[in-house]
Parts: sequence; C-alpha cells; structure tokens
Amino acid sequence: MKAPFSWLKDYVDMDITAQELADKLFSCGFEVEELVYLGEKINRVVVGEVKALTPHPDSDHMQICVVDCGEEYGRELQIVTGAPNVYVGMKTPCALDNSTVVESNPAMLEKNPDGIKKIKKGKLRGVESFGMLCSGEELGINDDFYPGAEVNGLLDLAKDAPLGEDIKKIVGLDDWIFDISVTANRPDCQCILGIAREVAAVLNKPFKAPDFSYTAHKTMAAPVDVEVQAPDLCPRYVGHYVENVTGGVSPAWMRKRLALSGIRSISPIVDITNFVLLEMGQPMHAFDAEDIGDRKIIVRRATQGEKIVTLDEKEFTLTTDNLVICDGKKPVALAGIMGGLNSEIKNSTKNVFFESAKFARDNVRKTSRALGQSSDSSSRFEKGVDAYTNGLGMDRALHLIEELGCGVVTDMRKDVCSVSLVPRKMTASVAKINALLGITVPNEEICSILERLNFKPEMDGDALTVEIPGYRDDVDGYPDLAEEIIRMYGYEHIEPTFLDCAKVTGGGLTDEQKKELHLKNVLRTQGFFEAYNYSFYSPKDFDLMKLSADATERNAVRILNPISEELSLMRTFLAPSMLGNAVRNIRRGNDEGREFEVANVYVPKNTQAGEQPEERKHLVLGVWGGKNDFFDMKGAIERLADVFHLSFTYERAEKTYLHPGVSANVILDGETIGCFGELDPSIALSLGLDKKVYLGELDLAAIADKLDDGVRYKNLPKFPAVKRDLALIADEKLTCAEIEDVLLHSCKYVTNVKLFDVYRGGQVPVGKKSMAFTLTFTPDNNVEKAFTPETLDGYVKKILGNLKFKLGIELR
Amino acid sequence: MKEKIEALRAEITAAMAQTETGRALYELKVKFQTELKGIMSGMKDLAKEDRPTFGKVVNEFKQDMEEKFEARAVVVRQMEMEKKYAEERIDITMPGKVYKAGALHPITLVKNELIDIFAGMGFKVFEGPEIETDYYNFTALNTPKDHPARDMQDTFYLAENLLLRTQTSAGQIRVMEKDAPPIKILSPGRVFRSDDDATHSPMFHQMEGLVVDKGITLCDLQGMLAEFARKMFTSSTKVRLRPSYFPFTEPSVEVDLSCSECGGKGCRLCKGTGWIEVLGAGMVNRRVLENCNVDPDEYTGFAFGMGIERIAMLKYGINNIKTLFENDTRFLEQFED
Repeated sequence: MKAPFSWLKDYVDMDITAQELADKLFSCGFEVEELVYLGEKINRVVVGEVKALTPHPDSDHMQICVVDCGEEYGRELQIVTGAPNVYVGMKTPCALDNSTVVESNPAMLEKNPDGIKKIKKGKLRGVESFGMLCSGEELGINDDFYPGAEVNGLLDLAKDAPLGEDIKKIVGLDDWIFDISVTANRPDCQCILGIAREVAAVLNKPFKAPDFSYTAHKTMAAPVDVEVQAPDLCPRYVGHYVENVTGGVSPAWMRKRLALSGIRSISPIVDITNFVLLEMGQPMHAFDAEDIGDRKIIVRRATQGEKIVTLDEKEFTLTTDNLVICDGKKPVALAGIMGGLNSEIKNSTKNVFFESAKFARDNVRKTSRALGQSSDSSSRFEKGVDAYTNGLGMDRALHLIEELGCGVVTDMRKDVCSVSLVPRKMTASVAKINALLGITVPNEEICSILERLNFKPEMDGDALTVEIPGYRDDVDGYPDLAEEIIRMYGYEHIEPTFLDCAKVTGGGLTDEQKKELHLKNVLRTQGFFEAYNYSFYSPKDFDLMKLSADATERNAVRILNPISEELSLMRTFLAPSMLGNAVRNIRRGNDEGREFEVANVYVPKNTQAGEQPEERKHLVLGVWGGKNDFFDMKGAIERLADVFHLSFTYERAEKTYLHPGVSANVILDGETIGCFGELDPSIALSLGLDKKVYLGELDLAAIADKLDDGVRYKNLPKFPAVKRDLALIADEKLTCAEIEDVLLHSCKYVTNVKLFDVYRGGQVPVGKKSMAFTLTFTPDNNVEKAFTPETLDGYVKKILGNLKFKLGIELR
Repeated sequence: MKEKIEALRAEITAAMAQTETGRALYELKVKFQTELKGIMSGMKDLAKEDRPTFGKVVNEFKQDMEEKFEARAVVVRQMEMEKKYAEERIDITMPGKVYKAGALHPITLVKNELIDIFAGMGFKVFEGPEIETDYYNFTALNTPKDHPARDMQDTFYLAENLLLRTQTSAGQIRVMEKDAPPIKILSPGRVFRSDDDATHSPMFHQMEGLVVDKGITLCDLQGMLAEFARKMFTSSTKVRLRPSYFPFTEPSVEVDLSCSECGGKGCRLCKGTGWIEVLGAGMVNRRVLENCNVDPDEYTGFAFGMGIERIAMLKYGINNIKTLFENDTRFLEQFED
C-alpha cells in the first residue's frame, strides 16, 4: 500500500518527519517497507526568472540568458539554453552549478542506471553557462504533477513562484511515499484514509474526515431497479444516478494526487472512481445509464457459457461460478473485476449509474484467476471490502462530482443490503485482556487507545463495552481488543516471564526420534555426510533409473500445480536424488564422497478421494569415487546392523538401476527391506560418469520396530579369546556366506569369522578358490581354564570335518 | 695359569670397550664364558693344594668380568637408545593422520540445538505428516477458504483437499486433538511453498512451538523466546516483539532479535536496523483452541514458528539458501563436529 506523506497530512495535522512517522507506523503494526523521497534525484534546482536574452554568437538555436535566482543564488546568472520556448519574464526551473536533475536521455540512462544527471558550469560553444534551465522531463514529472510539464522545452512556472525557491516544493516533489506492508487482517488499511486513521490514533491527534456531503437533486429519469439474486456473493450493492455529466479536465489537486499514486488523469468521472478507490479503498464503477437495458441492474451468477466483452475488449466465456452485473438482457460487468464494453462511459455519456458494492473476496479471486483477468478493483476486492464503506465511498464520490462540477447528483439511490449495518457491540473483561497480555494496562490507557481507534469504549468496573467500527470486520473477540491495546500501548511494556503458572512437563525426543538421530550419527562416524534433498523429483528420473512401465516406484503422487515438471512428483524412493547428488559432486570435482539422507517417501493411496498417502521413512546411501567399492557400502550397512542388533542377510538383487552382478537385497527376518550396489554401468555411461557410484536404500519404516540400540553388558570372559587362521580350498561356486555359516555353527566357541584373503591361481586347482578366514574362539564363563593348543586343534578338526562333509572344502 | 687369566682379562676388556650393541656384548660374553670354561677345565691338572687358591682367583676374575659386562651393558643400552633415537627421528612437521568422520547437515544441527533448548524447558517433539489435508493446514488454523491469508502462502495441491503442508503449525491441531493441556510441543519438519527464487526454496524446514495451559500470557512468550535467543545466539541477544498478523494467533507478533553480527548497532546483515526478523508468534487464537475442543475460557497458550534454514543461515553466515540443498561435500564437510 503506497501512501504519500502530503496526502496523509490532509487528514491528520503532523509536525513529525517522514522517518519518525515510519517508526510510529512500524510500532503499531504497519511496517514501512520502503520510504521514498520523490525529489531524491533533484538537488540545487531553484526557481529562476529569465531577465534578458541574447542570441548565441556561434549557434543559431541557442540563446544566452540572464537569470535571476534570488539573493541567495545570484541575481544575474548567465545560462545558455537551446530551448525554443524561452522568453524574457519566464519563470523556470534553474539547475545551478553542481546540481542534479533526472537523466532523460535514454542513451545516457544505459551508462548511468541511477538516472541522475549532474550539472556543472561550463562553456557551450565558447560561452560560459553557470547551470541549466530545465524541462518538466528533467524533473521527472508530467502534466498531472504540474501543468505544462510535458511541453517540449522549458517548464513555464506560475508567475507567483518565489525566486530562489527549491523547485521540489513548487512542483510537488518535496514529498515522501510510504510503501506500507498491510497485514491480511486489515483490508481497511488498503487506502489512504485507513492509514490516516491509524496515523491519527498512534500520534493521538484528531482525525479530519473528508467531506461526504452532497445535495440530491430530484430527478425525472425513470428509476433503475437493482435486484441482487446472489446475496452470498454480493452482500451490499449501492447504486446512484448522476445526470448531465460533463467531460473536461480534473482540477490540479486531484490530478496530482492521482499522479503521486502512479495513475494518469483521464476524465473527471473516471478520475473520481480512481480517487475514491485510493482514498477510501472502495472500488467504484460507472455505467452509461443509457446502456442499461430495461432500466434494470441484476446481480447474479452467470449462466454456463454466457459471454462478456470487458472494457479492454477481451471476450470471456463464463461459468456459473462467475458473478456478473446484468441489465434486463445481458451482462454489463464482470462483478468486481471489470466493466463491460457495452456500457462503458463515452464522451457522449449524459447520465451515469454509479456502483459501489461489496463482492465476496473469494469469488472475485477465483473468477479473476480462472479468467486471467484482473484490475485494481479486483485486487482490492480480493483483500476484502466492508459493507460500511460501500455507502461512504458512494457519498464521497457524489461529493466530488459536486465539487468538480462534472454532473448533477440526483435523489435516485438504490441500496440492496443483506447484512446488518448496525455497528456490532461487544463486552469484554478488562481482567481477561490483561491476563492474556500478562501485564496490567492502566484503565485510562485502555480507554484512550480504544477511543482513538473509534471503538467508543465504555468501562464499567471490569466490563469493557465497545462498538466495533464498521470497517473493522476483523475484530470479534477480546484477544482482538488486547491486540489493539498492546500495539498502541507498546510491546516494550511486555515483561519477560517464564511460564509462572504452567505445570511442569517432561520434554525431549521420543525413542523413535532418538534412534533416527543415533542412526545418522553411526553413518556420520562411517564417513558419511548428511544430505537434504527436495521431496519431489522429475518423471524423467524414472526413465533414467530404467524403471519398467509397471514398476511400483512409478506410482507417485503428483503435485497439481508444480513449479516445474522437474519438481512435480512426490518421491517414492530416494535413490534418484542421491544419484543426483553424486553426479553434481563428481561434475564439480568432488572426486570422492559418501552421503546419506533420511527422508520420507510417499506411497499413494486414493489421492483423488483426499486420502493422505502413507509417509514412510527411508534411508538412502551414496558412495562414489576413490577406493570405494561395494563392500564399503556393505560395511556401512553391516555397521548399522551391529549397532541396532539386527542380523541382515544378503541375496542378489535385480534392480534396473543397479549392476546385476554387484548388487544385493538386504533381508531381515525373511523380508526384503532394501537393496544396494553399484550404479548400473549403462546409466553411468549415459551420465558420462568416470567414477563408480554405489547406491543403497533401506526402508526404515519396515525395520523401525526392530531397531534396538540398547546396550546390555556381558561379563568379560575369564580367559582371553584365541584366533586361528584357516586357508581353505573351496569350489568357485560356493559363496562366502555359505562357508561362514558352517564356520560359525560348527563350534559353539567360534564367536567371529572374518574373511581376510581370497586367492585364485597357480597353486589352486582350476574351478577352485582359496579363502582365508580368521576364526575367533571365545571361552564362555563356563569354561574353567584357557583353551590349550590341543583343545583348539580338536575344535578345528571338527570344523574342518563339517566343511568337508557339507561343502566339500579342504584345508589348503 | 695366572697368565692365561690375565691374558683373557686383557683381551675381553679390550674387546668389550669396542662393543656398541647388546648383541656384540652378548657374543663377547659367550666367548668369555667359553674361554673361562677352558681355563677352569685345566684346574684338574693342578696340584690339589693349589686348587683352592686358583679357584679363588678364577672366582674373583669371573666376578670382576661380570661386573664389567654389566657396566658395559648399561653403556651399550644407552648407546643403542641414542642410535635408535637418531635413526627414528622424524619430520614432525609432516601432516598428521586423520580419520575423517562425516558430518550432519546444518539443518539437522540447528534442529538438534533447538530441540535441546526447548526439550530442557519441557517440550516434547512431535512430527506430523508432510502431506496434510486442507483442514489441518488451514481451516482448523482459522484460515477458511476465502481467507486472504491463504494468499500469503503459495500452496502445492495434490487433490482438492490434499496439499503439501505450508507450515508445521498443522501439527498444533493434531497434538491438541490427541492430548489435553498442559501441552508443550515442538514440531519440526519439512514444509513446502510454491516459491523458487534466489531467496526462496520450494521446500524448507520449520520448527513450531506450542504451549497451552492455564494462565499463559504474552509475557511468557516473550520470556521463553528471550531464553531461546540467549541460548541459540549470545547471552546478550535481545528480543523485540512487534505487531503482526497470523490467522491462528491473536495477538500476533513478529519477533526480531538484536543483530548478532553488530550487537544492534546496525550493519549490512541487519540492513542497518540492528534487528533481525527471526520468527512469528502469538497467543493461540480462541477459535483454534475451540476447533480442538480445548476450552478457551479455561486455557490460553502461545505458539511460535521459525524457519530452521533461516536460523542456520544466521548462525553459520550462509548467504544462499540454495546451497543447503545442493549437498556439495565441500559445503557439508564444513559442519563436522
């Protein structure tokens, strides 16, 4: 919301600076996002009078002027100008030596993006010039700011402009624009008047309301009937008939106000509707009364397929969700958004039917979005217009018609209202207000603040009765009053306390949350960095991962309004994101790395029926480059199994995105809970990767109940564990796991089996491999003495017997 | 005989002085013992009466030499150590060997720190669903369909009533439906908004806090946030409340902290104001309590919500939110602890 300082001063007498006002507004809930000084580019430009003119000896279009800029700046300044409209006795802006004006030359603007042109004394074709006489363009203003500003040549100022006066004061640039951030609960402050009301309240100054008076002349015109068929979408509709409207030009004060808000003057009637929107926040519309068929205004939902052409000559096909203003036959306006071309104000318009209404903000928004059509009015309606202001806005417009003399206000007024206009009364407890705040605001402060905010407070003991202003639809309970009071009283009065009344509660993480954190830390100590990826990915990721058409991962929840196709699907597995991380890192020269992410995947249910998808926590691992291989990733997974007391088994995996020979499913209690392995080389090739990437993903939700990171101490064995190494000749087809299984289960004292070498070659028969294991024998506490070499030999013999019997394995 | 002994004494003593290693000394000792054995074996050839005298001489000789060997052993050990020291001398300026662990992501670090701070004040941690219904994300939070506050957030929709939660506030409702006051919860997690530019990420994290009990006041909110600010930033960090608007709180406040960079004097980080906007908060709106069947005349409460990325960026001096989601290891490894 943009509010000029000068305009606010119309309603409140202020003797503070713009910055001081900005601070005040900030303190009561209106953050001034930007405070712009209109004349910031203009410096040392003053009113001068051309006293004498002589032709330039070396130029046929330049003239040498003697300019009087008053005592302070010089009575006889010599300035050369090329402007054709200069004349003796002209008062015009004079940029002195070392001054700045607005850069108006487009070629120079490119070099000088701040748009400031510096003026210094110098010689023009040999003649000294001590400054520059300026055009309106060089001050950055148009005709609406100052009449004649758009003339090609010097700005011809009024004859009463005082010599030497700062030009910013003369042309209205000595002003500030407050760009105020208005919160969504205060649509009443989306206008100058609303901000002015707040300014008056926070400064504790009287508010000077604008003039709403007008004289209603009896009209002979046939009445225009108003019928609101959709009161839910149009709670109030005020219409007023104005006769004999005239064209012409709006007065300078109004044009300037509009100009400060960036709106060009068009005609008095249009200017008044724009002015009322800015000042009162009430969108107005003017129909050419002659175009209203059957002298009827009907506010109704459009029929399916009904068409309207709006003022900007765009045609729209409507649905029953759209609200239209119709005459007896056809739509004449898209309610709250734009008038119809068929009833617009023309030069020939004699009589006007003015509209000031409230349209439901949600409906205006929906229609505006659906049709892709918007206007200042529609954006105002979307924020919320109150029924109270409908009438006041109309009165203000009628007053201005009288003041500008651009029409005759009649006594034909139609007001169809389905909501109460009686101000709401509310009684609240002062004690409760103070209890919510935690401090005691003095009663007289409470009354003073609410008085200033037009709540007409009456205090009777603890009972505080207020009348809620008609424009404050947001207030409906005592906490609202508490907020009004504290924002004016000042938040600095709030003293920090520490839950003086509250009960003690136990805090902290749940077991599940603690385990997740533990899991992350286990991975961290394994050299993994934690990653965070977006929860959405691209359908292309499915193809990249070579997923079959019927792969379950392809069944993903789709975002209806994604930012882009790349971010349109909710993740059903995390591996593509991790692959993305690996690729990005490798391309950036991070040759080696380990990352993990713990995040939800989303398993769709009946999304269209509004059923929430199942959110399952997954863990994804990524390892790339360096000496990393399959077993580094397996090691990390084994480490997790150790810490959480799980025993995983592994089977060959068949995943389209993993190397068929270098990938495994992770199995827990007969259930596959994840997989890991080398990225399929064909995918690596298509991505141009020169490093191997390993990906792993575990369904944490599936194992959540089984994670047990509790520590249970076991008594230390009385005797030390003993290690024996065995080199075995095994058939090539046997897996490590099969051998380990026999090694572990042939003797109860074997507590650990670790493969340390695999050999194939000369000394091993073809089709066989040599595998060397370290076996750890740990005596339990029932063992009375340490293992002797002889007892160990006995165990080993038994183990070897089992190996030979079960797997045909020989000692090497 | 005596000559033999003296000759051996002279020979061994001389050789001993040359020994520099334990090994050489040991070998010399073996040699000495062998020679001595030879001498002693000659004893049987002596006359019986000469034997005791000779025995005494040999014993003295043996004792003397053993003392010498022991003394030399101390010297040799010292020499050997000196040599070892010299040989094993290293360039201590060479780099140390480091076993590198990974690191948790700064979002997790900040989340953990926040949980630590508030868990100590009695807050439990609740994680609600990331895909929410319209009801929990908006309606129950006093933000009906036509509410202009819905425009403040660009929402990703999955179906008419299904959306990616735009705020962790949705968790408030789920907790209040389930538990009776006193309630103190933190609700951290991913949130989503359809915003993607230099300063916005379509996904980010929030941490919601909610307290509902009898007699909770705005002063309590101020006090709790002051404690948070001191612990999260510095002990001199100050808290400023200023009026704002959220549909689910009334009164609503924007909470600024004094700038940790300049201490409130004004700098580039705080754009010269001395304050940094950190979170939104307020007293829980009566309608929200009513929606959860909590009697608003008996209970009051406050809620606050902050962006975890924002806190992380302030705390670590990260200037671009996008780097948090690129997962570049050169970024991540800076958060080792």
